[in-house]
Amino acid sequence: MGAMVDILKGVMATRSGKIGVVLVTFHLVLALVAPWLVPFDFDAQSAVIDHAGPSLAHWAGLDILGRDVLTRTMLGGREALLVTLFGTGLAVIWGSFFGVLAGYLGGRVDDLIMRSVDIFLAIPWMIFLLLVIASFGNAPMVMILTLGFFYGIGVVRMARAATLEVVVKDYVLAAKARGESTLSIMANEILPNVRDVLMVESAMRWSWMLLAFSALSFLGFGVTPPTPDWGLMIANSRIYLALAPWPVLMPMIALSSLIIGINLTADALAKSLGVDKTTRALV
Amino acid sequence: MTAPLLTIENLSIGFRGPDDQPVFIVREVNMSLAAGETLGLVGESGCGKSSLLLAMMGYYKPGLGRLSGSLSYDGEDPGLISSHQLQALRGGGMALIPQNAGQALTPTLRIKAQMIEVLRLHSDLAPSAWHPRCIELFERVKLPAPEQMLKRYPHELSGGQQQRVAIAMALAGEPNLLLLDEPTTGLDVTTQVEVLALLQEICRDLGTAMVYVSHDIQVIQKVCNQIAIMYAGEIVEMGSRATLLAAPVHPYTQGLLASIPRLHQQTLPRPIAGEMLQPVHRGSSVGCGYANRCLLATDQCQATSPAPRVVMDRWVKCHEVEAAVAGELIRPAQKLLAPALGENLLLAVEDLSVSYQRPSLVRALLGHKPLATVQGVTFGIRQGEILGLVGESGSGKSTILKTIAGLQRSLSGRITLSGTDDLAGPVESRARGCLRKVQLVFQNPDASLNPRKTIGEILRRPLELYFELAPTVMNDEVDALLHRVNLPESYKGRFPGQLSGGEKQRVAIARALAAKPELILCDEITSALDVSVQAAILKLLLDLRADSGVSLLFVSHDLAVVETLCDSVLVLEGGEVREAGLCAEVFKNPQHAYTQALMKAVPIADPRKRKDENDVVHIT
Repeated sequence: MGAMVDILKGVMATRSGKIGVVLVTFHLVLALVAPWLVPFDFDAQSAVIDHAGPSLAHWAGLDILGRDVLTRTMLGGREALLVTLFGTGLAVIWGSFFGVLAGYLGGRVDDLIMRSVDIFLAIPWMIFLLLVIASFGNAPMVMILTLGFFYGIGVVRMARAATLEVVVKDYVLAAKARGESTLSIMANEILPNVRDVLMVESAMRWSWMLLAFSALSFLGFGVTPPTPDWGLMIANSRIYLALAPWPVLMPMIALSSLIIGINLTADALAKSLGVDKTTRALV
Repeated sequence: MTAPLLTIENLSIGFRGPDDQPVFIVREVNMSLAAGETLGLVGESGCGKSSLLLAMMGYYKPGLGRLSGSLSYDGEDPGLISSHQLQALRGGGMALIPQNAGQALTPTLRIKAQMIEVLRLHSDLAPSAWHPRCIELFERVKLPAPEQMLKRYPHELSGGQQQRVAIAMALAGEPNLLLLDEPTTGLDVTTQVEVLALLQEICRDLGTAMVYVSHDIQVIQKVCNQIAIMYAGEIVEMGSRATLLAAPVHPYTQGLLASIPRLHQQTLPRPIAGEMLQPVHRGSSVGCGYANRCLLATDQCQATSPAPRVVMDRWVKCHEVEAAVAGELIRPAQKLLAPALGENLLLAVEDLSVSYQRPSLVRALLGHKPLATVQGVTFGIRQGEILGLVGESGSGKSTILKTIAGLQRSLSGRITLSGTDDLAGPVESRARGCLRKVQLVFQNPDASLNPRKTIGEILRRPLELYFELAPTVMNDEVDALLHRVNLPESYKGRFPGQLSGGEKQRVAIARALAAKPELILCDEITSALDVSVQAAILKLLLDLRADSGVSLLFVSHDLAVVETLCDSVLVLEGGEVREAGLCAEVFKNPQHAYTQALMKAVPIADPRKRKDENDVVHIT
């Protein structure tokens, strides 16, 4: 726990880290408390003329169906955050397990895992995802499992690369000579030393997964209407962009500020942990 | 008298700490060097010797800078001249020979291209004269077949050859001053002798001045007429080789010389208590840097920095010179006692062969035998015995160790422990009780301790693995282990990064002891440590053996260390045993030509014993 506090302190020590953490925290808190804060029901329609701009009652105006844009924007990130947070967690857990396993055992196990990874990387993930959603529906659990699986593939490669730097160290050899089990060596000797790389990697994965989820919603596969969602809001209102910019701009601002926040945090995290962001190797 | 070639006055190098306090890496150094003079800078790691050497070229490592003082080479200050002049100076007026020549040469360029680059920049020769000049330089540094050498890439050369190329490059600009940064540290002892002989010859024939930096005073005294001892950023004693070595005055110099294990000495080297404070911990304290380890330290030593004085024909920085000269530091040397060895054979290795090549099915069917790294090695270790495994790099000594530890598969042969446990198989096939009996300590303590675990966690792990203990007993056991290796109990909560090299190696030894082993395998465990710390580790190992009767297999390339520590010795060359026997006999009267050559190559830091200093040993 103390280590986590130290890491947060390191992130907050930089200016980009401060901005990033504030943005991310804002979005997380908003997602939790928004249902009690919103001024209107998300699907309540107003009788006033559609495409109405900002007014005293509706601060961000109304969309084509006369629904309050501010309300929908405040609620629009909830499902995206839920799915991507659990999806990232899943991706990092299974990805780092197989990555560390491949890196530590090497030989045939390594070959098997890495060639399987290559095969999955060769499949266009968007098409595969559409196939899964078409067959199993778009329930959050389905989205978490599919996104978590696909984004874990990159984590395998990353974790393996980081492990290869650690396995040659004498303390791993010492544990092996002591007669430690494979799982114990992976958990006690290797994992703590690739942790920094994995943390930066998960932050990056999270922001990519958010974009992917919004893209799916934009295409109509992510969230079922009338549930508010940023990607879906942009898709529904974009044809009226010239007439009514607010229903498009608000979810765009929300989504970008969250993505920027995550990226700034990841940058600061990489800097304070001494991980090179582009190669994600320890420097 | 002519003006000195290099003058340094009151030079301090360092950086400003967070509270704007200066942190000194090198502090108030004064020296001068006349043309043709050779000066050796001796000191332990972190004493600032390399920073001082680089400052002579006007270079400071990133983050460092000159805090005060002045430096002049040939009347000019390398820190003040233009970058164009500096470029001409480096490689022209003075040249650096780096520690690791293999890394200093560009791997993708042939040797010839790299030689010509130096000649183009630092000589007036016409392009047509470049090639003959390269040949001439290579003959000068005694490289075999110069024509072929020029066509090769750096990786196609041996370590000694790479170092010769680096020396040839340094000589290309006909410098007046050669700066050498541990140029023989990575080399085998027999290669080192040849390179040192070459350097001596260059100085004698060309009259080049030389500043030679090394942690090893025995190497320095081979090539340098003047010796300066550095400690904690300061030069504490400086004088001619003969006066300084014959009667060291500064307490640190005395301690340093006493801590070096020597051949045929039959006494235990005396360690200096404690370790050097790192620059950040020294801060801008005003006292003597050595006060925390010095036996003669008084309140005055803690409070003020001693002024340099000239005593007995040399320059010394110490408040207590009179006491030091009076010899109050000299304690009776501990005589090595012959241990009472058990009669029982603990470890028996019979006809062991090891290969790193994987035997493939096709090759096996075709009757190819894999290339063996270790071939037909047979030896035994008795209970309580310390066996030294000696040889140069590539002799297979570490491979034998790894095979006994089960980290490397053997090709053939038998390894048995106490007559019953079979150690021929890999770690995975061994019973836990059998694993417990054999423990391993590695060369580099930085890499052998997990940086993310506290010392307490590291020591608790083998206890959890091999014994079933109650938590309170476990805690007591960890305290007892730290106590046995002379570390305070408070270290339990620290991480390896917060410990010094010697302390880390103590923790690694404590981790091995936690298993209550019968045999500890030591892989060059003192070679990454400073000599004054090494002596303390050697003493610790002997004490542990006396207490618990544990046997040690001690791999080392350092013959003097092996003679000091071990009861018997095994000399390896190219994976085969060349000579084996009791240390006392083998070292007194080596039978095999290879053992004799190895022993002759050891530099000895005692001017009275060096009758054959210009002999060059050639190994065939």
